[in-house]
This record gives sequence, C-alpha cells and structure tokens, in this order.
Amino acid sequence: MEALSGFFAILDATLRVSTPLILAAMAGLFSERSGIVDISLEGKMLASAFAAAAVAAVTGSAWLALGTGMLVGVVLALVHGFACITHRGNQVVSGLAINILASGLTVVLGIAWFAQGGQTPSLGSDARFMPLELPLAEAARAIPVIGTFYADVISGHNVLVYVAWVAVFATWWVVYRTRFGLRIRAVGENPLAVDTAGLSVSRLRYSAVAICGALSGIAGTYLSTAQNASFVREMTAGQGYIALAALIFGKWRPVPAMLACLMFGFLDAVAIRMQGVVLPVIGEVPVQAIQALPYILTVILLAGFIGRATAPKAVGIPFLKER
Amino acid sequence: MVDINDADAGGGTSVNPPAQSGDDSLAIELRGISKRFGAVRANQNIDLKVARGTIHGIVGENGAGKSTLMSILYGFYQADSGEVLINGKPVAIHDSSDAIAAGIGMVHQHFMLVDTFSVLENVMLGAEGNALLSHSASAARKELQRLADEYQLSVHVDSLVSDLPVGEQQRTEILKALYRHAEILILDEPTGVLTPQEADQLFVVLNALKERGVTVILITHKLREIMDVTDTVSVLRMGEMVSHLNTRDTSMSELAELMVGRKLESRNYHRDGPLPPATGEGIEVVNLGVIDKSGKQRLKNLSFEVKRGEIVGVAGVAGNGQSMLLEVLSGISLPTTGHFVINGQKASADEPVSPSRMRELKVQHVPEDRLKLGLVKSFTAAESSVLGYQRARRFNLRGLLKLKTIRATCRRLMEGLDVRPADPNLKSASFSGGNQQKLILARELEREPEVLLVGQPTRGVDIGAIELIHEKIIEMRDKGCAILLVSVELDEIMSLADRIIVMYEGQIVAEVNGRDANKTQLGLMMANAHQEPVQDSVA
Repeated sequence: MEALSGFFAILDATLRVSTPLILAAMAGLFSERSGIVDISLEGKMLASAFAAAAVAAVTGSAWLALGTGMLVGVVLALVHGFACITHRGNQVVSGLAINILASGLTVVLGIAWFAQGGQTPSLGSDARFMPLELPLAEAARAIPVIGTFYADVISGHNVLVYVAWVAVFATWWVVYRTRFGLRIRAVGENPLAVDTAGLSVSRLRYSAVAICGALSGIAGTYLSTAQNASFVREMTAGQGYIALAALIFGKWRPVPAMLACLMFGFLDAVAIRMQGVVLPVIGEVPVQAIQALPYILTVILLAGFIGRATAPKAVGIPFLKER
Repeated sequence: MVDINDADAGGGTSVNPPAQSGDDSLAIELRGISKRFGAVRANQNIDLKVARGTIHGIVGENGAGKSTLMSILYGFYQADSGEVLINGKPVAIHDSSDAIAAGIGMVHQHFMLVDTFSVLENVMLGAEGNALLSHSASAARKELQRLADEYQLSVHVDSLVSDLPVGEQQRTEILKALYRHAEILILDEPTGVLTPQEADQLFVVLNALKERGVTVILITHKLREIMDVTDTVSVLRMGEMVSHLNTRDTSMSELAELMVGRKLESRNYHRDGPLPPATGEGIEVVNLGVIDKSGKQRLKNLSFEVKRGEIVGVAGVAGNGQSMLLEVLSGISLPTTGHFVINGQKASADEPVSPSRMRELKVQHVPEDRLKLGLVKSFTAAESSVLGYQRARRFNLRGLLKLKTIRATCRRLMEGLDVRPADPNLKSASFSGGNQQKLILARELEREPEVLLVGQPTRGVDIGAIELIHEKIIEMRDKGCAILLVSVELDEIMSLADRIIVMYEGQIVAEVNGRDANKTQLGLMMANAHQEPVQDSVA
C-alpha cells in the first residue's frame, strides 16, 4: 500500500510536470504539420508565462492572465509567421530570434515594472489556477486501487491540466477529422498541391501558426500561474525544446506525442522523487545527476531509439509560388 | 526577330484558326496574350481559339513559351496584356481558384499530389464541401465511382498516392480536375513519365472525355502523339504562335519544321568507306563483369573494342547495364572481373583508375544524367563549365580560382556551341536541358578528347540542338576520337554509329553494322527475341 501510494504520487507529479510539455507539443504539431518549423515554442512559453504572471499580479485574475498569455503567444507566433510565411525567411533563425527576444525582454520588463530582479510578485491563490476536486473523489477512495487512482492521480489538478488532455483529443480530431486538418496536413506535405487546388497556402499557415501561439500561451500561463506562483527568469528551462523533441518522438502525431511528453514528465517526476534518496551500491545520487537524467535520456532516445521519424515533407521550406 | 514580328503581325489575323466563327462555340479564346520576364519575351501577342469538345495540341520546343502560356491560363502568372475568354466570356484569372471556377483543370507535368494522402483525400482537398471529413468523404467516394465508370478512369481510391504507379497518379490528377467540374482539361507533357501502354490508356481516357464534351488541351513536344490524338494543333516558336492547323491536314515533318523555324534535313552521317585496318584502338574491353553491392550481376562478360575514329553505339532498353558500362569506363565504378584498356591505360579491379586520371588520359565523359553527374544546378554556368578541371593551372592559382579566366573561358565555350543565353553568371539550373547539355559537351570537347564516352546526349534536348550535338560528335569522330555512344533513341544510334552493340541484362546479345541496321531488327534484339544467330547480322 505504501509503495502504491508512492507510485501514485509520482504519477500525480508526472501529470503536473508534463502538462506544459503536452500543450507545447500540440502547439508545435499545428505549426510543423503546416510546414513551419517552430523552435520558438520556448520563447513563446516564456513570454506568455511572464505576461500572464504580470497580469495576474496586477489584476488578480487568473482568467485574465490566461487570456493575456494566449494573446502574447499568438502575437509572437504571428511575428514568426510574418518572417517565415510572408517574407519566406529562415524558420530556424526566426524562431531563434524570438527565443532570444523573449529571454531578454521578460527580464528587462520584469525589472522595470516590478523591481524584483526579473521576478514577478508572488501570486495569491485567487490569482492562480488552483487544484480542483473532481466529483466523487472522496467517495471513490473507498474502492481500492482504481478509486484511489481516481482520487489521487486524476482528481486534484488545476483546470489547465485537464485543458491539456482535451487539447490532445481536440488536436487529433481537428487534424484527422476536419476539412481544416486535411488542408493543414496537405500544406505541410506539398504546398504546391494546395495552391493548385485553389487554396491559399499563406492563410492556412497563418491559421496554423496562430493556433500554435494560443496553445503555447496556455502552456506558458500554466508555468507561472498554476504550477508556480510567480514568473522566474528563464523558468521554461528548455521545456519548449523538450516538447519539440516529444513531437519528433511522436512522429508529429497527437497521441504518440502526448505519450512522449508523459514519458519525459515521468522521468522528471522520478528525478524529483529520487533527490536525497540513498540507493544501494551507488549511495546517494547527486541532485545534479538526477536533474540531468531527462536530458541525457532525450539525447539517447533521439539518437537512436525512435526509428525513422519522417517529418512533414515541406517543413522548413518557404513556399515560393513562381516556378 | 524583326521579320518574325512582321510575319506575325500580318499573319496572326489572316491565319484561320480551325475553329469556325461563333464565339460561344469556343471553349477557350486567347487574344493578344503577352508576358515578359525581364528582357525575355516568354509569350508575345498570342492568339488561340479552341472549339468546345475537341482535343487541341500545342507543340513547341523547350523554352518556346508553352508552359508560360498555360501558367497564365491557370493563374500562376498574370499576363502583361491580352485577354482570356472562356465560353465566349472574358474572365480574369488571378489564381488557381479563379481557374477552377472558370472550369479549367490542369494536369501538371510534375503531379500536384500529396504523397502521404490517399487518392480520395487528394481529390477532396480544396473541394471538400463540408467542414467534417466524414461527410465529404462519402460524397466524394460516390462521385469518384461515377467518374471512374463514365471515363474508364479506374483508381484505387483508398491507396496512398505514393504507392501507386505513375499512370494511376496521373489518373488521380485527371479525377481531381473532373471532380471540380472542369470542362477544359489542360495536360502538360502528360506522357513524359508514362510507359507506352500507360500512354495508350491515357489517350483512351482523353477520347472518352472529348465525347462527353470536355475540351482537352495537350501540350507536348512529341509529334506522334499530336498526330494520333488531336483534332487541331498550334505551334509555338520563341514565344509566338506561328501556326494553327487541322491535324489531319499536316504532317510530323511540317510540324517539326514549324517548331524549329527551318528545314530539317535527315542527314546521313556515315563515313564513306571502312576504317583502315591498321587503325589503333581507343577502347578495348575484355571479359568485363560487375557485381554490385547487393550481389546483382550488372555486367557480364563484356568484350568489344572501339577503334580511333569510330563510333560504337550501345543500344538497349534503359536499365540493361548501359549506365554501369559508362560508369566503369569513366572510372567512377570499379569492375569486378575482367579488364579494359582505354587510351593505352589498363584498368581492372586490382588496378583502379580514378576519374581524374581518366581526364588526364584525355578520356572524356558526357554523363547520362547531366543534373546528377554533369553539373551542379545551383552553380553558375561559369562554375559548372570548369567542373572537374577546377584544379587545372589555367583556372587555379594555388587554391584561388581565377574567376576572370573561368568566366572568359565559359563565354568562349558558350559561343562555340551556341549555348543560350550566353551568360556565364546565370545559374546552371536556369538553362534549358539542351543548353545545359551543350555546355557540358563544350566543356568536355574543350580538352580535345582522344576517347569520348557519351550517354544520352540528346535526352530532353530540342530538335535544333540535337542537330548541333550530332554534328559535334561526328566532328570528333573525324578527328580520330574513339567514341562510345549510349542512347535509348534508336534513330540517333542508327544515324551516328559505325557499329551497334545491343545490350540485354548486362550482356552483349548482338552486334550489327550501323549502316545496315534496321529498327525492327534492333527492337527485337533489345528484347533478346531475335532469331538469327549473332554472326549472321554482323556485316
């Protein structure tokens, strides 16, 4: 029983840690499926996290914070789109520029507005997304294993965690079951086919990029107003890149990408749990080694364990109409 | 240029297009379409009338402006002047959706299909009708079935496009157009990628479309197809319409002359007498064999020789070892067994000779695949014109390229073989196939080869340029160069080669005298179906 509740605690943490990854991976999926490489997930999350925390600190409203976070995400996505779609710029360079911009601007604005060394003031519980008790969670505890799983793992998260799950399903449905999804997939594979079918390549790519911005906005908001209670400089700490890696693991498909995010989240949760634990033979594992574990595994897995990942064929190539 | 203009200004109106008056009987009418790219006049004052329910051919050499004209019709480009009338009414076509709305469907030379989609998804794309795919899919499936029955366009609706043979991909493109209710179907070089059987099947479909009142425009440079399937034909030359004709009133030779703008003589290049018996050997191949990495026997027991001043043609259906033979002789690939002596240098598996050593030996190679082995597409013509010789003292000053010399040399090469445009700073990719080929040929001939290996010298090359390339090859022969000519064009081999060897599955199955060869016999040999023993056919 002790072991089980410990395991459930890790699963519970897994969900919390993987939420921003899942949201960012779905964001990246829209963008990359439409043919636009997006390494600026990181920057968009960071900027949104800052914007959301700042608005929450000033207005005290978590929902207003979410709206602002999404708005900032969309604006940055449109900047990326303007560079890559309208002006056919290099998508990696543009993404990198947004990351650098976000990293610098959040700190500069943070110092200018709040004078706390780049942090935002810590938020009270009203200004944050707080854990929700799902219906019947307490009653379900009576049922062994399944009931406790429901009460301890499924229930008790903030609303954005559930939004992330819905986002996975919604992404799958939009991409595979709707006309818009068909067009998005087509434009990432062969934009010329889309153009000759009488559709606008730019309009499709702009919409995909905008959806990407909104989803990364939610991911950023989650970091500063749900998982934590303030913005801290560089708080994304590479999660945008991890999400991108998960997207590649998942071969640009929603459910496999989510599973990859959960795996990264699980590794992270284990790493937190292992801190200070004395293992037989090895002894106490240094904190740094444990924290590095997810990244080391990322490298190993990316290097050879996922097989061939075929990207959308036109990803990264600016569309030029004239032949 | 000037007299062509004059002729056209006078002739453009007086030439009677085959379609008779009555505007609304015309599916398409173009009036005075002009388009220029910088200094290049791609289309100049083009008039065209195509009657509804006919098959109309448009012929012209590469770069004559066919593709530009069709791109204007499909909204890729905007014409600088002129108007387009569909069913007698002027329309403005700014993009593909305008063209589709006007009832125009286009089958591009390079298919506009999403490889990872099924046929059904490809057909639906852009014409889904409903925001939910499941609704659109069932409607599309029903409609596709109807179209397939009506026009004999059978396709596997749920297969991925990438799994389909080329012919079926093309049918998917036609279905895409019909699904959008196209009444005018434009096909750009549709048979370039098809086998003869697939091409025949396509023509059956086109005739079925015509019977149902669809207007078909067929763009091609294959005159036989024009003669076989079209009702009327227009000829484009250097951006201008030079003639509109009824197909039944014309002939292939007339069309060819109109395309090129001058008379084409079929020439006999064969030398008058046999070579003197004491002539030295340029290439001697002894029991040559190649087994590739996958263990497949690519060449088997080849033995032949090419004397100086002789052209030996290698005939065969593509993929029967000819490419490998060229690669081995030019030093790119190693033989597994046997050896060969080329311009006095012996080479075998134990004594490999590198391509650059071959160049030093004055063994020059004009490769079959000019875009892969002949030049670098993104290089300028000047850079491509010294590929393989970039280390030569003339072009290289201890590591630094002598750009001025390179450009000057390139310009001289271009003038020598009439490469157009003669601009060394242009990207190699922006030249037409014929001009790329002429540049490569000029580069290799510049070294005064003693042995010349030529692969498919006129593949994708205009009629006019073909003549020039053939003359150059003959000129080299007369200078005493030993020439091995690989080509899938039987006419080419028959008119140039002194002797012809026929390859089948990596072996030589027959050898005939070039002067006595006939096409039927060669065709049978290429399929290894000739009855007579090899000895009888050797002169």
